[in-house]
Amino acid sequence: MTTLQVTKSKSGYDPEMLRQALVDSLAKLNPRNMVRNPVMFVVEVGSVLTTALWVQALWGNGEAPASFVGAISVWLWFTVLFANFAEAFAEGRGKAQAQALRNARSETRAKLLAEPRRGSAFENVASTELKKDDIILVEAGDIISADGEVVEGIASVDESAITGESAPVIRESGGDRSAVTGGTKVLSDWLIVRVTIEPGGGFLDRMIKLIEGAKRQKTPNEIALNILLAAFTIIFLVVCVTLLPFSIYSVEAAGQGVPITVTVLVALLVCLIPTTIGGLLSAIGIAGMDRMIRHNIIATSGRAVEAAGDVDVLLLDKTGTITLGNRMASEFIPSDGVSLERLANAAQLSSLADETPEGRSIVVLAKEKYGLRARDIASAHMRFVPFTAQTRMSGADILPQNGEATRSIRKGASAAIKSFVELQHGKFPAGLQSVIDEISKRGGTPLLVAENADVLGVIHLKDVVKGGIKERFARLRAMGIKTVMITGDNPLTATAIAAEAGVDDFLAEAKPEDKLKLIRDHQKGGRLVAMTGDGTNDAPALAQADVAVAMNTGTQAAREAANMVDLDSNPTKLLEVVEIGKQLLMTRGALTTFSIANDVAKYFAILPAAFVSTYPVLGALNIMGLATPESAILSAVIFNALIIVALIPLALRGIKYTPMKAAALLRRHLVIYGLGGLVAPFIGIKLVDTLLGALGLV
Amino acid sequence: MTTNGLIQILFYLIALTALGYPLGIFMAKVYRRERTFLDPMLGPVERFLYRLSGVNADEEMDWKQNAIAMLLFNAAGFLVLYALQRLQPMLPLNPQGFPAVSPDSSFNTAVSFASNTNWQGYGGETTMSYLTQMLGLTVQNFVSAATGMAVLALFLRGLARHSAKTLGNFWVDLTRSVLYILLPLAIIVSLVLVSQGVIQNFSAYKTVQLVEAAVDANSAPLTEQVLPMGPAASQIAIKQLGTNGGGFFNVNSSHPYENPTSLSNFVEMLSILLIAGALCFTFGRMVNDMRQGWAVYAAMTLVFVVMVGSAYRAEQVGNPAFEKMSIDQRASSVNSGGNMEGKEVRFGIANSALWATATTAASNGSVNSMHDSYTGLGGFVLLFMMQLGEVVYGGVGSGLYGMLVFVIVAVFVAGLLVGRTPEYLGHKIEAFEMKMSSLLILFMPITVLGLTAFALVTEAGRATIYNPGAHGFSEVLYLFTSQGNNNGSAFAGIGANTPFYNLWGGIAMIIARYWLAIPTLALAGSLASKKLVPVTEGTLPTHTPLFVGWLIAIVLLVGALNFLPALALGPIVEHLMMNLLF
Repeated sequence: MTTLQVTKSKSGYDPEMLRQALVDSLAKLNPRNMVRNPVMFVVEVGSVLTTALWVQALWGNGEAPASFVGAISVWLWFTVLFANFAEAFAEGRGKAQAQALRNARSETRAKLLAEPRRGSAFENVASTELKKDDIILVEAGDIISADGEVVEGIASVDESAITGESAPVIRESGGDRSAVTGGTKVLSDWLIVRVTIEPGGGFLDRMIKLIEGAKRQKTPNEIALNILLAAFTIIFLVVCVTLLPFSIYSVEAAGQGVPITVTVLVALLVCLIPTTIGGLLSAIGIAGMDRMIRHNIIATSGRAVEAAGDVDVLLLDKTGTITLGNRMASEFIPSDGVSLERLANAAQLSSLADETPEGRSIVVLAKEKYGLRARDIASAHMRFVPFTAQTRMSGADILPQNGEATRSIRKGASAAIKSFVELQHGKFPAGLQSVIDEISKRGGTPLLVAENADVLGVIHLKDVVKGGIKERFARLRAMGIKTVMITGDNPLTATAIAAEAGVDDFLAEAKPEDKLKLIRDHQKGGRLVAMTGDGTNDAPALAQADVAVAMNTGTQAAREAANMVDLDSNPTKLLEVVEIGKQLLMTRGALTTFSIANDVAKYFAILPAAFVSTYPVLGALNIMGLATPESAILSAVIFNALIIVALIPLALRGIKYTPMKAAALLRRHLVIYGLGGLVAPFIGIKLVDTLLGALGLV
Repeated sequence: MTTNGLIQILFYLIALTALGYPLGIFMAKVYRRERTFLDPMLGPVERFLYRLSGVNADEEMDWKQNAIAMLLFNAAGFLVLYALQRLQPMLPLNPQGFPAVSPDSSFNTAVSFASNTNWQGYGGETTMSYLTQMLGLTVQNFVSAATGMAVLALFLRGLARHSAKTLGNFWVDLTRSVLYILLPLAIIVSLVLVSQGVIQNFSAYKTVQLVEAAVDANSAPLTEQVLPMGPAASQIAIKQLGTNGGGFFNVNSSHPYENPTSLSNFVEMLSILLIAGALCFTFGRMVNDMRQGWAVYAAMTLVFVVMVGSAYRAEQVGNPAFEKMSIDQRASSVNSGGNMEGKEVRFGIANSALWATATTAASNGSVNSMHDSYTGLGGFVLLFMMQLGEVVYGGVGSGLYGMLVFVIVAVFVAGLLVGRTPEYLGHKIEAFEMKMSSLLILFMPITVLGLTAFALVTEAGRATIYNPGAHGFSEVLYLFTSQGNNNGSAFAGIGANTPFYNLWGGIAMIIARYWLAIPTLALAGSLASKKLVPVTEGTLPTHTPLFVGWLIAIVLLVGALNFLPALALGPIVEHLMMNLLF
């Protein structure tokens, strides 16, 4: 993760990128490109029109002084360019980051095998020439050329290039660890890999397509917003066009003044149509994708990123997501008349050779809690009894020493231990059953320890919930998202863990098909479901979920079925995904509100300026006290252009999301962007006007 | 403003709410086809009507079938009304022997009454026979109002339903609107009006001796006057209740035979907003969430209160020019003061301003004072009430569905602001909904502004503008605002009964009514087909004061952005010319 972050922040604002964005913003003036954005297209047409009027004015028969028409024209062009720059800059940043990822695997050579077996003849080809279903050989030290599936072999692979995690991972044929990613490096052994993507069809390439403005498909919500913006644009077009006959009639009726000029009408139109949001809409979408990459998530669908903001239900696997992978010993509970120390000692002895995480946790607990040092296995005259499916116990026999009898220490599930002691005519302590039941009820696993015919006590094994997870769920709840834990455990255990982790609901004894059914049920109820998964058996559920994040460590099938891949393989990353989705919508909403609210001030600037010659009383509407009609109109146009530039950082960064109730969030954003949008231009236009006056420009 | 006036306005609002709530609940029962206390009496009539017309009342239709039914029904109504006017001399009940109405005026009037606009380019008592008034105009007063209510009922079912294909049956909603709601209410109101002295007869016009002799324009002495007669009360009740507004007499409800007393004035004023306001509660009940109904009602009422207040104040402050003419504009116990030009002394300022605001709010269009004579700011209020799109109460049915479209737009932007795909009452608001909502909001300003501009650049349009300066402009703007919003009130001062204004006004009314009803039904169809989105913590509540405030802001902002430039050249200039700031 760290290596990647460094390259990214470096590429954030480098001068080369700025230069490229400037060049691109000119190239984007091509009307065929502009027409994709109706609002800015209108501005471009207006710019062309005023430029023509300026040329006419230069010839001496213009409708207004050439300097005024020229100034309006220049600022209208700037308005278009600023919007284009925002898009180009967002694109540039996104591409630079995607490129940083892509660089990791370009320029590699691949060993293309004639037959899918080790030892077959191979041809050395460029990785870009590979096709889907080609079989390649990757040996220690080679970089894997393309995404694929291991068909033979086992190897340790360094995936730090994409995950930033330095510890190598194992990749082998079959099972859940068979997927490999292009750009990662084989450290030991060898793999035979079947290429599963067409070159250019890899996740990164798909992501890059989402970043490139011209090829980008608009997301559903963006389309809906565009319709609204287009409607506003049409309305204002009609308002401005009809204003010309209104003005001509008024001049005749009042017998004084001059009709509104086309230049002023175009200026008014551009000020009124929602250029702020229209100009930044595309940049907001691109920046959203860009933020995904920053979080090491590769999204293959813009629609999914947007949908993430709407997620109602989040399905999470218990193991590895909510809890650490394994159960840990947390407590020793001795039988009546047995000292705690004796139990701890026996428990430790029984686990010394037990290499399972549970076994090791028993040794550690005994050491940490009761100061029992792990003893040297060889010196203790011990014979270890491994766990078998028949006995369902493990333990150790301590060979006779100093005249003592053999001590047979065993640990196991209660049924197994019970038969073990009864076989030696021992008695199962009556009081212990309630302890065992209590542990089960609390979601733990009771492990009994016996020495010969005596049951010494119980080890309480429990699932350990990951640190901080409860807080994350609380945040999700504050966002209105319900969390559901999926586990293979019995309902009793599941209840306890669910309570400890703070999830809202759980599905116990879940089979893969149950997951699919659960998702379908939620969706039938109109809810949007997000899930994370890694195994091949998760693939159907991932495909069904609205937002599906596959772990990069997962299988190829899982990654294909999902619409996002998390390079860090961190299941709680969904939280960030949801936030990015919400930010995307909020930023759009905020700028739309701001843009429309701005219009009020612009009316107060332009209307008196345009009509004061006909009806001098309308000067009363010039509440900002703008110097001259020309300066008023020019100030409004300049403010309108500059506000786009001023808001580029906000568009790229997105509005900060704080989980709170929808109504509170609405109130906050309405105050900031609604009221702010109403007030800001009054101040801004006045400032520009004062500045123009001070510089003697009007 | 006088305390007396303010108390009257307050009392009006209290009465409106107190009567509107139970009526709204009752109407919800009617549209849900639940049993009401009128069933024993009207049930057989209803069933007979279905049998007669071959309507299967239990068969539901999708939005397209309903839209076609609505258009066919209205087209038939238009044709009948057109024919009645053109064939009037050959038909009975024409004691004055009026000739056929001209083709362009007949077209305009037929569209006007079918579309619930009731713009009147003609003078009733000098043009229309009793048969035309009763069989044509009064019948349309009922069915055009019922059409709006039926479309609303279909729209509300769209909001109430999920994963559904059908919206209900237009024919059933239409029939039930007339039978269970409009007829009973109209009968009650007619009786009250008759008790107050509103006339209801079939007599020929009466010639009476003047109490005080007068002289005509040629200084010849006048001793007698012709008093028009007719079945007025029955038409007036429904013209008020159904937000129609087409008066029996030319001067509408300022005529003493239409509106003789303070009580008749109050009842008629209450009838303007009664059903339109009550439908908010019908909405709440039909979507099983009364809070939603209250929220919309609150938004409408708040805007209305501010507007009434502004109009009342403007008229009470009066006209500074009158001061110079030594006209006393101070209020006293015997004089209501203010700008009394064009207002009836028996109503005074408060009841004139209240009526004028209500009638423009509700797309009613009946008047008890002459809007042309209002002050600049007063006229601004009346114009702006209509330019909001007739959604603050609005026409019966059409006002609420218009407002709900604004709610959808408000929800859309608010949804973005809280970071969720917007949803309203469990329906996701997506591209199709935005497309329809945008169309609905677009049509009106385009029609009004476009036609106003068109009239100002054509000779035919300019020929009959009688007033100079900004007021002449206001009159044209008012004319198309009124027709383009199916209001029907007139600013007068303009010769509107010309082929030019009859034709283009008629087109404006057709667009305002039918082009808007079709996307509305399409929207309803789409909403009904959506899966229910359950309410979660992240759902934006749409019944809070905050949302009501946001809805008001959207309605006012859209209205202002559409019309501020035009208003600046009309009433705003007029207002500023009076040397007043507020």
